[in-house]
Amino acid sequence: MDLMEYQAKELFAKHGVPVTLGKTVETAEDARAAAQEIGGVVVVKAQVKAGGRGKAGGVKLAKTPQEAEEHARAILGMQIKGLTVNRVLIVPAESIEEEYYFSFLLDRANRSYLCIASVEGGVEIEEVAKTNPDAVKKIPVDPGKGVDEATAAAIVDEAGFPAELRDQAIGLVVGLYKVFTEEDATLVEVNPLARLEGDRLEALDGKVSLDENAEFRHEDHAAFEDKAAADPLEAKAKAKGLNYVKLDGSVGIIGNGAGLVMSTLDVVAYAGENHGGQKPANFLDIGGGASAQVMADGLDVILNDPQVKSVFVNVFGGITSCDAVANGIVQALEILGDDANKPLVVRLDGNNVEEGRRILDAANHPLVIDVPTMDGAADKAAELASK
Amino acid sequence: MSVWVNKDSKVIVQGITGGEGTKHTALMLKAGTNVVGGVNARKAGTTVTHGDVELPVFATVQEAMEKTGADVSIAFVPAPFTKDAMVEAIDAEIPLLVVITEGVPVQDTAEAWAYAQGKKTRIIGPNCPGIISPEQCLVGITPATISGAGPIGLVSKSGTLTYQMMFELRDHGFTTAIGIGGDPVIGTTHIDALEAFENDPDTKAIVMIGEIGGDAEERAADYIKANVTKPVVGYVAGFTAPEGKTMGHAGAIVSGSSGTAQAKKEALEAAGVKVGKTPSETAQLMREILQNL
Repeated sequence: MDLMEYQAKELFAKHGVPVTLGKTVETAEDARAAAQEIGGVVVVKAQVKAGGRGKAGGVKLAKTPQEAEEHARAILGMQIKGLTVNRVLIVPAESIEEEYYFSFLLDRANRSYLCIASVEGGVEIEEVAKTNPDAVKKIPVDPGKGVDEATAAAIVDEAGFPAELRDQAIGLVVGLYKVFTEEDATLVEVNPLARLEGDRLEALDGKVSLDENAEFRHEDHAAFEDKAAADPLEAKAKAKGLNYVKLDGSVGIIGNGAGLVMSTLDVVAYAGENHGGQKPANFLDIGGGASAQVMADGLDVILNDPQVKSVFVNVFGGITSCDAVANGIVQALEILGDDANKPLVVRLDGNNVEEGRRILDAANHPLVIDVPTMDGAADKAAELASK
Repeated sequence: MSVWVNKDSKVIVQGITGGEGTKHTALMLKAGTNVVGGVNARKAGTTVTHGDVELPVFATVQEAMEKTGADVSIAFVPAPFTKDAMVEAIDAEIPLLVVITEGVPVQDTAEAWAYAQGKKTRIIGPNCPGIISPEQCLVGITPATISGAGPIGLVSKSGTLTYQMMFELRDHGFTTAIGIGGDPVIGTTHIDALEAFENDPDTKAIVMIGEIGGDAEERAADYIKANVTKPVVGYVAGFTAPEGKTMGHAGAIVSGSSGTAQAKKEALEAAGVKVGKTPSETAQLMREILQNL
């Protein structure tokens, strides 16, 4: 889960990383009040889980509370990379003397952690990485050893922070590593890390991605979820414990196992090329144990997607046998009754497939079409969606 | 021959008394696996019974190895306790540890991986279907009835795509099928499996299944180019996955321009790997190769 700037900054503050929290508001009037309270020149910053906010016009300087209100009015409701801005952060404008870049992240390739730091960088870090790669230090961090003060000092020295900022930088690195490990993050990024007037080091922006597998030990992270921004179908699926992602096409997809479902999306997209460009409408993995209720919940979500014209149920019976899946489909259609109103192309294979197909045949449901192969079923589903 | 597990493997189950552990111990025994016991500290000294097989439950992996001579462990331990189970197996120096558990925090896996460096345990997983050498040994949750033994080696990030591909190629069969798991950090990689298949005299050809996220397939492609003499066919899932959205596997997330299915396909093809557009087409490519061997 990616966090918004103000949420990331809350975690920074919790672990002793110097940061100004400011005020997060959802209306232009509240933005004015916040600017009034903070006093002086402020920055109005769009809060969305996307980069490039500044370039999109989502970050504005305001000299007066009136200006803050006007900027907030323009920014709230704005679309940045397809995401609607529902709140803005108001922080005091700082006079920045230098900008640096700092991050900790999971390094998949090396199955380790990596620290990336640059005293040349700041917001233009990607440009620096291209034109002067030596100025961007990549320092491996051993997950077994972690980052104590001595390791942090080594990182700060290698990155080349100015001597007068060394002690502050060491404290900041230790704090950021705490954010990374104690909050189970996969990315903690500060860009820019700024040297302010009076040689103060402060995180002016923050990006944090949290590991959803670790939610069981972070009950407080549930509060970071942006329920307003979630697609209503995705929210409904999540409430039912389904692994669902909304896409743009017309063929609803249900399958078991993430890999097979991803493959199903691809196969439908290929087949769709012969049927006017039909595409998958969603990703939905109902997992290994496809009970009738899970199948019904899944169909319920997909059939409520107005873009869906046909549904492709693609199940390989592994541990779950196909007769159980077939019974699940038949019962799911009974549970849904008249709400089930789009053709269902079903491809079953694997464990006990003959019995599964016999059950579907016997039920003889008018909406169900049994196709034996994955490629054939994808073609049929795409064809039906094109009609 | 086969890779890493065979009819002589002696297998213990960490979490043998739990729901998943119980279910899959029965299925592994049915598949002919030589399961010799299990581990659960709270139930040490008791036994579990499957049909006419009575298996002892030990307090630790180390004790189980001493008493049974086990050389493989499979873990069905709940995610919050998986790191400790991995560390315990590594300390006991078991040669092979297969971690089935899904939902393990990635930092737990990263710490366990760091701990395993310079030690004696090969780790497969977590979040994987395990490993099967058909007609010899199943250490995992792959249905043993899908396919028999044969000349193909298979390595895959995805469980159900492993099943699908084994089903497609059941007319030829497999030496060993290895599900390495879809998490961002895993113990055994495509490259480890490719190396093992290259060195296994009975494996004549290799199927490699990848999916979006990370650059493991690209690195595997480099490895194939430099080191693999046996024919390899590939399949990559996730061409239609949108950027920045997680598709079920924690590892299956595309960020930026790297990690896309297209980039992986191109890297594999540049290494001489034939890549199928669908699982069926990939199986057909493999059949053509086997016919010409």
